[in-house]
Amino acid sequence: MTATQALVELDDVSKFYGNIKALEHVSLEVHAGEITCVLGDNGAGKSTLIKIIAGLHRHDGGTFLIDGEETTLANPRDALDQGIATVYQDLAVVPLMPVWRNFFLGSEPTRGAGPLKRLDVRLMRETTRAALLRMGIDLRDVDQPIGTLSGGERQCVAIARAVHFGAKVLVLDEPTAALGVKQSGVVLKYVAAARDAGLGVVLITHNPHHAYLVGDRFVLLKRGVMSGSHTRDSITLDELTRQMAGGSELEELSHELERATGPAPGAAGS
Amino acid sequence: MTATGQPASPAPAPGAPDERLLRTSPLRRLLGRPELGSVVGAVAVFLFFAVVADSFLQASSFGTVLYAASTIGIMAAPVALLMIGGEFDLSAGVLVTSSALISSMFSYQMTANVWVGVFVSLLVTLAFGAFNGFMLTRTKLPSFIITLGTFLMLTGLNLGFTKLISGTVSTKSIGDMEGFGSARKVFASQLTIGGMELKVTILWWFVLVAIATWVLLRTRFGNWIFAVGGEAEAARAVGVPVIRTKIGLYLGVAFAAWVSGQHLLFSYDVVQSGEGVGNELTYIIAAVIGGCLITGGYGSAIGSAVGAFIFGMTSKGIVYAEWNPDWFKFFLGAMLLLATLLNAWVRKRAEATA
Repeated sequence: MTATQALVELDDVSKFYGNIKALEHVSLEVHAGEITCVLGDNGAGKSTLIKIIAGLHRHDGGTFLIDGEETTLANPRDALDQGIATVYQDLAVVPLMPVWRNFFLGSEPTRGAGPLKRLDVRLMRETTRAALLRMGIDLRDVDQPIGTLSGGERQCVAIARAVHFGAKVLVLDEPTAALGVKQSGVVLKYVAAARDAGLGVVLITHNPHHAYLVGDRFVLLKRGVMSGSHTRDSITLDELTRQMAGGSELEELSHELERATGPAPGAAGS
Repeated sequence: MTATGQPASPAPAPGAPDERLLRTSPLRRLLGRPELGSVVGAVAVFLFFAVVADSFLQASSFGTVLYAASTIGIMAAPVALLMIGGEFDLSAGVLVTSSALISSMFSYQMTANVWVGVFVSLLVTLAFGAFNGFMLTRTKLPSFIITLGTFLMLTGLNLGFTKLISGTVSTKSIGDMEGFGSARKVFASQLTIGGMELKVTILWWFVLVAIATWVLLRTRFGNWIFAVGGEAEAARAVGVPVIRTKIGLYLGVAFAAWVSGQHLLFSYDVVQSGEGVGNELTYIIAAVIGGCLITGGYGSAIGSAVGAFIFGMTSKGIVYAEWNPDWFKFFLGAMLLLATLLNAWVRKRAEATA
């Protein structure tokens, strides 16, 4: 697998905000038809990483390669033009706008020319409906404000949007963070569907269980530095969970919890 | 009750919460329109004055009401778009006066033809709009502060320059200059249709509202207006040019201010430099009565027209009812509160029935 050209490759990338090191020496690869998971606790630098790939921030050190060529993205539009679509956890959509307007936001199809150039509303409505139906979301009314959809559905709309617009790389920022168990499952299924459609996926999460369900590669971040990089073959879920939680810290925690739960029944009886 | 078509719908993916989506009735759709509150309000105001003021229903009165509405409506439409885009423009009122003053004084001092002044005024007014938009997007300060600044500066400039150049607080008459007649035709003529005296501003108003509605609902720019007002960061993330959109909205307000300013100049020939202060709130009120959310992302241009029409009916209706016009402001305030409450109530009902 490593022989093929990576769609996106970060090599030794760093990012500073003033004198704060947000990200240092991080490397990762995204291949077509694979899911690269980026795991880390709050403040580990996941958001910074995602913003570099999405073109919201520029990296300060290291190299950023798209299709093997070194690049610096100027803005999100630039990233989109290069085939990198990002779905943000909280700012994926404009809640008050109808679903179909959201779906095409920033890439609206038009008909006519000159002053009569107008949105192709019919096409927009029908395409939105069809694209969502393919992902198993049957909206009767694509006119409803997208804010009336559930969190999982909103994520799915955003994923469907990225797939529809021919993204090569899909970056997902904690798509399951605010969701219940069922909805998380639905979203992960669409992530896998996007992978099967040949996209390279970057999945940012702090849930190793979700990551291990779908991931092919795992990059662990801790306090802005990379604390591990594994392929699926080289790591087990237990090991991933252990590393994610800080290894020995988790063991300590489990000891503490055991001690805490041990005498509890006796204490309750007295 | 049998399920209507529910089982026939394509089977959703297991676990997907599609069952929770409901169909919408045409009534709910109607209730969900941003203009609804203002239309109900306009009907109520119309009926009220039709009963209490005898001359209100005459054709000539209607022309007067429409004229009063148009002078507000011309500005309220772009102000509504700006508010949907999530910003305010407190300088809109005095910008109208500035536009008229520039046109008048440039023509008087520099040339023989008023059209030169009219076009110089267009350029300068648009530059003021661009300044507002540029300052806003560069500094990222709230538009309330930025345009409050330009509002005060323009108020000072209007008075200061007029006194400096004309020696008094009003401009010199340009009525005998070349082109005044034709400019008056464009900006301040009037025609009589079926006993109704209709000012040309009514035409400007309708055209501007039509264009604003077209732009808002049927163009890419309109989609971006909703997006930058609703959630600017999300819009930016999918590639919407947020800065250009906002500057464009301020240019729209400036253009309408130019139209209003030229109307002011060519209908009265002279311009009082202290005018326009306070009108910016009138435009905002008309937009809010018309269903614009003060927080942005929602509203309509047609609603702003209905809001302006309520203004026109109230201001003239009080005169026709032969009441003391001092009551106008009270009525306006009550109207604003009622319309906003009605809007909020209607929206809540529309969502509750979902």
